[in-house]
Amino acid sequence: MELDAKIPAGPLENKWSHYKAQAKLVNPANRKKLPVIVVGTGLAGASAAASLAEQGYPVTSFCFQDSARRAHSVAAQGGVNAAKNYQNDGDSVYRMFYDTLKGGDFRAREANVYRLAECSLNLIDQAVAQGVPFAREYGGYLSNRSFGGVQVSRTFYARGQTGQQLLLGAYQALMRQVSLGKVILYSRHEMLDLVVVEGKAKGIISRNLDTGVIERFAAEAVVVATGGFGKIYYLSTLAMGCNGSAIWRAHKRGALMACPSWTQIHPTSLPQSGDYQSKLTLMSESLRNDGRIWVPKLANEERAANDIPEQERDYYLERRYPSFGNLAPRDISSRAAKERIDAGFGVGAQKNAVYLDFSKAIKEQGKDKIKEKYGNLFSMYKKITADDAYIAPMKISPAAHFSMGGLWVDYELMTTIPGLFAIGEANFADHGANRLGANSLLQACVDGYFILPYTLANYLSGELKKDKITVEHPEFERVEKEVVTQLNELCQIKGTKTADYFHKKLGKLLYDKCGLSRSKTGLTEAIAGIKTLRAEFYKELIVPGSAAEINGELEKAGRIADYLEIAELMCHDALSREESCGAHFREEYQTADGEALRDDKNYCYVSAWEWAGIDAAPVLHPEPLEFEFIKLSVRSYS
Amino acid sequence: MKIHLKIWRQQDAKTKGKLVDYMLDQVDHHMSFLEMMDTLNEQLIVKGEMPVEFDHDCREGICGTCGMMINGQAHGPVPGLTACQLHMREFEDGATIYVEPFRAKAFPVKRDLKVDRSSFDRIIQAGGFITASTGQPAEANTLLITHESAESAFDSAACIGCGACVATCKNSSAALFTSAKISHLAKLPQGEKEAAKRVLKMVSRMDEEGFGHCSNTEACEVECPQGISVLNIARMNWEYTKANLLKD
Ligand SMILES: Cc1cc2nc3c(=O)[nH]c(=O)nc-3n(C[C@H](O)[C@H](O)[C@H](O)COP(=O)(O)OP(=O)(O)OC[C@H]3O[C@@H](n4cnc5c(N)ncnc54)[C@H](O)[C@@H]3O)c2cc1C
Ligand code: SF4
Ligand code: FES
Repeated sequence: MELDAKIPAGPLENKWSHYKAQAKLVNPANRKKLPVIVVGTGLAGASAAASLAEQGYPVTSFCFQDSARRAHSVAAQGGVNAAKNYQNDGDSVYRMFYDTLKGGDFRAREANVYRLAECSLNLIDQAVAQGVPFAREYGGYLSNRSFGGVQVSRTFYARGQTGQQLLLGAYQALMRQVSLGKVILYSRHEMLDLVVVEGKAKGIISRNLDTGVIERFAAEAVVVATGGFGKIYYLSTLAMGCNGSAIWRAHKRGALMACPSWTQIHPTSLPQSGDYQSKLTLMSESLRNDGRIWVPKLANEERAANDIPEQERDYYLERRYPSFGNLAPRDISSRAAKERIDAGFGVGAQKNAVYLDFSKAIKEQGKDKIKEKYGNLFSMYKKITADDAYIAPMKISPAAHFSMGGLWVDYELMTTIPGLFAIGEANFADHGANRLGANSLLQACVDGYFILPYTLANYLSGELKKDKITVEHPEFERVEKEVVTQLNELCQIKGTKTADYFHKKLGKLLYDKCGLSRSKTGLTEAIAGIKTLRAEFYKELIVPGSAAEINGELEKAGRIADYLEIAELMCHDALSREESCGAHFREEYQTADGEALRDDKNYCYVSAWEWAGIDAAPVLHPEPLEFEFIKLSVRSYS
Repeated sequence: MKIHLKIWRQQDAKTKGKLVDYMLDQVDHHMSFLEMMDTLNEQLIVKGEMPVEFDHDCREGICGTCGMMINGQAHGPVPGLTACQLHMREFEDGATIYVEPFRAKAFPVKRDLKVDRSSFDRIIQAGGFITASTGQPAEANTLLITHESAESAFDSAACIGCGACVATCKNSSAALFTSAKISHLAKLPQGEKEAAKRVLKMVSRMDEEGFGHCSNTEACEVECPQGISVLNIARMNWEYTKANLLKD
């Protein structure tokens, strides 16, 4: 299989405008004849569904939550990037492009990343027009803050609830289309499979989570916007229902998965407090603007944070990365924290955390200022831990957070199955091997509002004259049967172990062997371990009740069945890449001072994987990354 | 610690429900309330019983999915928290805890603690948006909005759509939820233009959905996890009167 990224020719700055000028259009009268399915109502899905419906395509939209407004984009706290250069601090589209590419350790396409930076300008305008209440200066102008990995202030924010506010903007746009009858929205519906007819994506099979009814939906194109699958690690900053099922089923129907092991482990989450723990809450990275990260210089320190004198504290990020300090990129900060924790300098009851200290900022700026900037984060911290971070430093630790990997897409955001598009966190595209903070809200919005409406039309224009496929097509029946059989099988195992039991085991295995650092031995062990766990799952699982009713346990079991396969692919992916880049840190490939050692000669490519069956090894299709406009450099933040 | 639970079990909207007793020991006081419920469910499943169905997703107080009455209070005893943010350290060892669904005519029970809140989506569909299609809007900084207006709009916009206000209100009124959206948009110059149309449509949809009338008891504000103020309701009433006066 030859992968064609379909990157338009020409200078970097003109690629996207050229594409738009030349893409085929569908005339307004014909759009009505081209129904589109959009799975997911997060920022990517809601913005795409609303924009496509505004253009006149009949849209059917799905989410598993009881309301579109609850998609996990809602939880993003810190902000969204845009190269507006309102602060006049030297920002530009080019600089944002370069920062993003460098932040991703040069493992993304130049053309995609440039387009992301270019469209960021328009996104802020769009969000303001929708009524998103971004932070403002007293004069009425928009305000900015800095995020990790950059030296300019380009992050727009709405207190600590930027994702919620952006999502509500997109959700409201979607609701407007629902009220106009242009979008039919199915909440509490889970996509369980993709239907491919004659090589093209033509529909999905879903389960109504409130009744158990299995339904078929046909369309001329399917857009998957189902978000990230970081919940595979069980303990993560994701929501309980986040899953990889939609993209995985699409993968098994022929869509390639790209770099699935590239997972961002966020440096500032709350540490685990016990085995019962179900999720890790994120403390926004924006806190690193004013908070200083440290551990005691003494291993197994017993004194409380405030009792440890200044000279006995190790501000290890400031020490190792003086020019970026506490704002070093996430992968680097997380690894540095893990290094200190593993070396015995961790703090807290479980010795699994580091301090994030605001005392200097409070002294310099006053408590009120800090409260205004981060008030809700401090109160969230207090709610969860019962501790007051105005008085003593927060305790934070790394947690699985974001999937850089996902379905492989070309410049048009189309997967290797014609007619199947993947947008938002569900795809692999712009972030390379490490995502910069505040770039993924942006990517989800840009994909949905600004890119897909052009690229989808370009594809659909070719479908207009073709015969229409309906849900009566035998392929729908065949796929539906497979779905029903699998659901019934899960209910019939009747073992003794719950879905969560398997999820926790898998999560721990993956975090240890395919998390912050990876090695050949560890990954090989992990693959064997996952196979064993999968076999046990199909023997020992217990799902109460049946598939024909509300059944939260069955929902979980289905997602874990998929996780048990995705995990194996992740390990193969990590194993095959014998270099370190971004979040992918192979212990065998590091510099003398413990930094990632990239190998541009042999690994300057995207690993796209083809499904070959449950018992066969996945097949690698490398997509070489060509850098025409920038020179590869060693990512240095010191 | 040891906990005695009395949990509402109900097969579906048509079947009658009842409180069922469960004993749970070895509850860690660091556990969140929902982790305690997970622990109970794990035990029920292994015993071959049906687990308690309850709504939840983000488990960090922002998605608005989790909603239940805990000891008669929406989201439990601590002000400003959602059920998922509540921790067991708030309860005494040996405590009896009543867990019931949000109750309102417009929120029918689906099963156990899960309720149908789609009426909220329909209220937003009636007009809870700004008519701004995707395209080429004006440069953001050409529209100046004072710091105070932006912050005040944010205060209203922070609603998570959980429904605690409805479940708390003795009239099952959705006035706090609806007014929060009306105020958010009316406080901003972008949203002002449609304010009159919006308030009339949203209020009439709220009535059609079977929510009761607001009689100003202000109980909703007390239970709202986001601290949405009843001043939003006053604003809604004012917008409503203004819209009606200017209608013809
Ligand atoms: C705690 C947290 C904080 C973050 N903070 C920031 C930040 O400050 N800045 C930033 O830029 N990024 C941040 N991110 C990342 C960013 O929020 C996400 O990458 C982005 O919102 C993803 O949007 P999405 O639309 O792709 O997916 P989501 O918002 O996750 O939406 C997924 C949608 O798909 C639906 N779905 C999933 N599976 C199925 C299925 N099988 N069938 C039917 N529907 C399905 C869901 O119902 C949902 O509607 C944060 C992430 C987290 C977890
Ligand atoms: S107003 Fe408050 S209680 Fe009511 S839905 Fe919104 S957040 Fe929940
Ligand atoms: S689960 Fe999201 S608010 Fe409680």
